[in-house]
Amino acid sequence: MFNFLRAFALVVLFTAPAFAQNADRPAVPLTGFNPDKAEVHANEVLVPGLIGTKAVEGHIVIPDIRSATLIQPDGRIWRDYRRGPLLWIAAAAVLGMGGLLLAFYVLRGKIMIEGGRGAAVIKRFGSFERFMHWLTAFSWCILALSGLNIAVGRVTLLPLLGNETFTALSVWLKYSHNFVAFPFMAGVLLMLVVWVRHNIPNRIDVTWFKMAGGLVGHQHPDSGKFNGGQKMVFWVVVLGGLGLSITGLGLLFPFTVTGILGMQLVQVIHGGIALGMIAAMLGHIYIGSVGMEGAIDAMKDGVVDLGWAKTHHNLWVAEELAKSPHAAE
Amino acid sequence: MARMKFLCDADRCIECNACVTACKNANEVPWGINRRRVVTINDGKPGERSVSMACMHCNDAPCAAVCPVDCFYTTADAVVLHNKDLCIGCGYCFYACPFGAPQYPKTTNFGARGKMDKCTYCSGGPEGVDGSTAEYAKYGANRIAEGKLPLCAEMCSTKSLLAGDGEIIASIYRERVSTRGYGSGSWGWQTAYQESIDV
Repeated sequence: MFNFLRAFALVVLFTAPAFAQNADRPAVPLTGFNPDKAEVHANEVLVPGLIGTKAVEGHIVIPDIRSATLIQPDGRIWRDYRRGPLLWIAAAAVLGMGGLLLAFYVLRGKIMIEGGRGAAVIKRFGSFERFMHWLTAFSWCILALSGLNIAVGRVTLLPLLGNETFTALSVWLKYSHNFVAFPFMAGVLLMLVVWVRHNIPNRIDVTWFKMAGGLVGHQHPDSGKFNGGQKMVFWVVVLGGLGLSITGLGLLFPFTVTGILGMQLVQVIHGGIALGMIAAMLGHIYIGSVGMEGAIDAMKDGVVDLGWAKTHHNLWVAEELAKSPHAAE
Repeated sequence: MARMKFLCDADRCIECNACVTACKNANEVPWGINRRRVVTINDGKPGERSVSMACMHCNDAPCAAVCPVDCFYTTADAVVLHNKDLCIGCGYCFYACPFGAPQYPKTTNFGARGKMDKCTYCSGGPEGVDGSTAEYAKYGANRIAEGKLPLCAEMCSTKSLLAGDGEIIASIYRERVSTRGYGSGSWGWQTAYQESIDV
């Protein structure tokens, strides 16, 4: 009996035009007052602002103005970026670059001083130059490691350490990131002021790059105090460092200059610049340490082997000797 | 198990903020933190609506996905909770949350936000026995363990804010809309659950 009634009801539902119309809406309100005909549908998609990805803003009676943003669907885009592309970019920057350097080391080996170390040395960097370099370098390492931890620690370190240990570590890395940022910014500004005059690109650099810096083969293009590659490192550090400083300050003082969508964007830019810089700095660290004999001396002792200097920075050595014939001893 | 949800029938909300007050009182929420709030859209203009909003306990919650220390978890009722002992106060969940739900006890700069706090759907947190003093101090009330629904919805004077099993509150809302002939939608459902209530 009930089955029959149900079947009958269905037939009525599908045949009666009045019902069909009712299902489509908008129809005349059945009861009560219809405040806005456009809002008959109980479908969130029709809510203005939610059709795109713009946030829905409103009026709020509590002091926290950020609460006035009712819905910001872009949070999900940010989530998807952090869960997918970010991990790949980080892997490419660290593992990809690491693999390239390893391959280069295997193929080319350590670049030795031609003719071996001599007795004579020449002063390359003063103590202040070395101070600002290491100030930036050490703070950069802390920032890079703590930043990588925030970006990918969850999929790398967390499974190894367990939740409690990883949280304890991450809290300290977070604070280091926030405070070590200031010595880093100071270092970048100092290097910009002190070294910019040696790092203006010129025609010598074009030749240097055409010859791939002498990295391939055994020829040595001309070079002043800094060769084309070092100038590139300088500008990566200065421009990247300034970009990181500006976006980083935005993250340190959240919501002071921008809203929620801006904060997401600032965070993505900060991470992007940082990962690019990590890749570049891995190359810099490689060639300054295991990649080339004698290169580390410049920043360690401030003096380098004269033979090495003549091979890699011939124009600079000539300049120094012209200034003072006793520069090398 | 039920899939717990919130639904605010904006055509009934009168912006009395009783849900906000009830939440603060039931959970002893610290100063400066609002786990729930009422936002008015088109204030003073035709089509004005007020919507009471808190954590929507999303499917595939963005906060949980972006958390660098993985401190979030989902209960059997599909409520999204977090462990304050693991939270490092980085603020990422606030960037990711579509509803502005995560709140921080400190507003100072330099990353000193303190442990994140948000709506727990009145179901406490991971702190020993359900309803214990320690749990209350850290996460607030555990009404779910007592068989009760969140207080904000329970004491809504116009029954605008509904809490409970998603299918049940959706059917209540559907019935309301078909009876009165209008409805401005299940605010946040598309974003939180990738579905809306068809009427």
